[in-house]
Amino acid sequence: MNSSIGQASVDATSESTAPVLSIEGLHVQLPQGSERAYAVEDVSYSLAPQEILCVVGESGSGKSLTARAVMGLLPAPYVNYEKGRILFQGEDLTQASDERMREVRGSDISMIFQEPMTALNPVMRIGDQIDEVIRFHVKLPRRARRELALSLLEDVHLPDPPRIMNAYPHELSGGQRQRAMIAMALALEPKVLIADEPTTALDVTTQAQILHLIRELQAKHQTGVLFITHDIGVVADIADRVAVMQHGRIVEIDTVDKVLNDPQHEYTRALIDAVPGLVPRAVKTDSGEAILQVRQLVKTYRSGGRFLGIGKAHKEVHACDHVDVVLNESETLGIVGESGSGKSTLARCIVRLHSTDSGEIIYRGQDLCPLERAAMRPYRSKIQMVFQDPYASLNPRATVGRILTEGPRIMGESRREADDRAREMLELVGLDSRAFDRYPHEFSGGQRQRIGLARALAMRPEILVADEPVSALDVSIQAQVLALLADIRERLQLSMVFITHDLRVAAQVCDRIAVMRLGKVVEQGPTATLFEQASHPYTQELLDAIPGRDWSRRRVLAQQA
Amino acid sequence: MSQAAQRSRYVLKRLLQAVPVVVAIVVVNFFLLQLAEGDAVDVLAGEAGSATPEYMAQLREKFGLDKPLLVQLGVYMKNMLTFDLGYSFRHDMPVAQLVLDRLMPTLLLMVSTITLAVGFGIVLGLIAASNLNKWRDNIISVFALVSYATPLFWVGLMMIVVFSLKLRWFPTSGMENVAMFYEGWDRVKDIAHHLVMPTLTLSLFYLALYTRLMRASMLEQASMDYVTTARAKGLTERRIVFVHILRNALLPVVTMAGVQVGSLIGGSVIVESVFAWPGLGMLAFEALFSRDLNLLLGIFLLSALLVVAINLVVDLLYSFLDPRIEVG
Repeated sequence: MNSSIGQASVDATSESTAPVLSIEGLHVQLPQGSERAYAVEDVSYSLAPQEILCVVGESGSGKSLTARAVMGLLPAPYVNYEKGRILFQGEDLTQASDERMREVRGSDISMIFQEPMTALNPVMRIGDQIDEVIRFHVKLPRRARRELALSLLEDVHLPDPPRIMNAYPHELSGGQRQRAMIAMALALEPKVLIADEPTTALDVTTQAQILHLIRELQAKHQTGVLFITHDIGVVADIADRVAVMQHGRIVEIDTVDKVLNDPQHEYTRALIDAVPGLVPRAVKTDSGEAILQVRQLVKTYRSGGRFLGIGKAHKEVHACDHVDVVLNESETLGIVGESGSGKSTLARCIVRLHSTDSGEIIYRGQDLCPLERAAMRPYRSKIQMVFQDPYASLNPRATVGRILTEGPRIMGESRREADDRAREMLELVGLDSRAFDRYPHEFSGGQRQRIGLARALAMRPEILVADEPVSALDVSIQAQVLALLADIRERLQLSMVFITHDLRVAAQVCDRIAVMRLGKVVEQGPTATLFEQASHPYTQELLDAIPGRDWSRRRVLAQQA
Repeated sequence: MSQAAQRSRYVLKRLLQAVPVVVAIVVVNFFLLQLAEGDAVDVLAGEAGSATPEYMAQLREKFGLDKPLLVQLGVYMKNMLTFDLGYSFRHDMPVAQLVLDRLMPTLLLMVSTITLAVGFGIVLGLIAASNLNKWRDNIISVFALVSYATPLFWVGLMMIVVFSLKLRWFPTSGMENVAMFYEGWDRVKDIAHHLVMPTLTLSLFYLALYTRLMRASMLEQASMDYVTTARAKGLTERRIVFVHILRNALLPVVTMAGVQVGSLIGGSVIVESVFAWPGLGMLAFEALFSRDLNLLLGIFLLSALLVVAINLVVDLLYSFLDPRIEVG
């Protein structure tokens, strides 16, 4: 039966239009007692050769599981295929034997993953990991395999391929690891490449490079790419067609132009509207005097040590290298940078979670750096922090009430006062005051972030330091939390230091932005100025790397017109 | 710097760091032993039955036990520099010679125990993990649980009762049949024959531990992302288990085994006593009862050196197994 279909499709249509992969009415079951019966419900789409189909959706939408089903890699025994067909060049993969699936995987259909660090075996050399794919699918002498691996590494523009062959994953940067991963996936010229959030874990400039690379190789090898992502900006940059998934179903599927510029389904519209529009905030004119000044701040991390002069020398990382920034009253200062730029270290130094090596942190005329624990205490409540990870930053054994009242109680508030304040804060951040007696695990990620915010606000701070407060959240939740932050900042007249790697978010939230790189502030200024005429090349590079930049620009123009 | 040079510098650094550690151990042990009631003279006098206080005082003076503690410690440390660990009055031999004589049997027992426990632990854990919740896994898990919970000395005694007294397969005690004057391969065979029961007894607990650890470790690694990658590459399950998962799963087992070699010496005291194995453990046991503090100190020193050396070897081994660990 399979072969006849394959035959028919090849005969009937020309090579270029017959889908290389088509999914028909796929159902994937979730275990009994889950929120819904199907992880993937009645999903159908097809992928033409040389096409990039983006499957976009928020976490839990079933976009990844659809791809896993294609690979025959559903996490059994919890999640199982129920019905539907997955036709690869006419062959129904759901009926294929394990052996046949092994043949297909890695050679006809291959896959790259989100986290290139964990997706590669940490104790195996890159060369061996590439060699493995080749060896298990085709008969080639060792030397030829090596030649092939080297040329693959060359193709993905990795420097010095022989050295990379011998390297272990931890010796490469995140971007290099993802390149090696791509080399591995493309080793046998697959017809279909499944890319599961391949750039989500990468820095924005690296992301731009990897997207470029995928496009380049896709055109060169005429691969069909199934690209799974949650980032609309990435979709705008790379997709030919887009499928939008929600709750395990496809709500809309069409060309990228139609979906992004003329969305039909209400969920698609909401998703697109939630993307920060890259319109910089207007320059703030009424910002007050400086409330916090950071002057020549230095923080160096040291590791390793010698014993009697023997052994390896210290490793030094200059996380903050003579940093100067100023936060004015009732304004939001954005600290923008890629991973390892020192932006989080700066935040932690400002809150005095880290000691500093030298420099000054002046809050209303008082240098906080030399203060001892006791002397620091009155200032603690004035500067409060909201953390990135809403899961790890709340004590799982403490009720929300205790989390919120602990700080004020330590500062000497009475129990009743602190409790009332906590309930008030919960309502302020949009939660029911009954949340007071519950535990953090009963809340979703977005709700937990609200609890984290309420915790900070309960201390009656003047300055809020938010370290990537929305980067762990889905885009629609992100929009809600950002709106809440803006609202509260306005109502309580707070000043805010906002750490982010996402320039879209920064544009929406920040009045002024400081760009950090390798521990140094390379440029700072009003957001609008920075976006229109960045003076430092690195800032320009960051701006250019924002995924979907052109699409956002056109969208803004269209809205104005 | 080349890797080999870096490694040897690392070894040198670690050896230098070990010096203050060993000195501290000696000092602490020295004072610890002073806390025990009685000394060698009490024991000797008690055994003689008719010692006068004058005679005891004379003995103490002869042994240097009448001097202040710090002086005794100083003398001991000074002698240690020349590998002179003092004299055991009980055995009428220099401590150094006595201890070194007994080191080989203990090392033999330790090496065979560790090999057995780690080797079979890994194999059993691997089998259990690849047959999760099937009959093989169930049998192995129950076996591990029972071995884990059974006290060492009881296992030893039961083995003697069953295999030596009833079945007469293995000798009850000792390291070799001295009366036969075996030489060459016959002697090796004889010692191996004697070695079976003490090794089994001592390794059972650790075998159970490593089996459980290996099983858990395999299961943990099997859920890692790189395993999904390996599947997506179209590798066979065999290759995935034996090449990808196994090596990563070994790391915690090696760490644990390294930490526990030290406690093996403690366990060997019981086993050596039960099987009359002429090793350090039994010597320590005897020395304790005859208040032969010099000998006890010597044994402690040697054990400390052994543990320091083994830790170093394990760390080096670890850096070979896991490229992410850098020695330096």
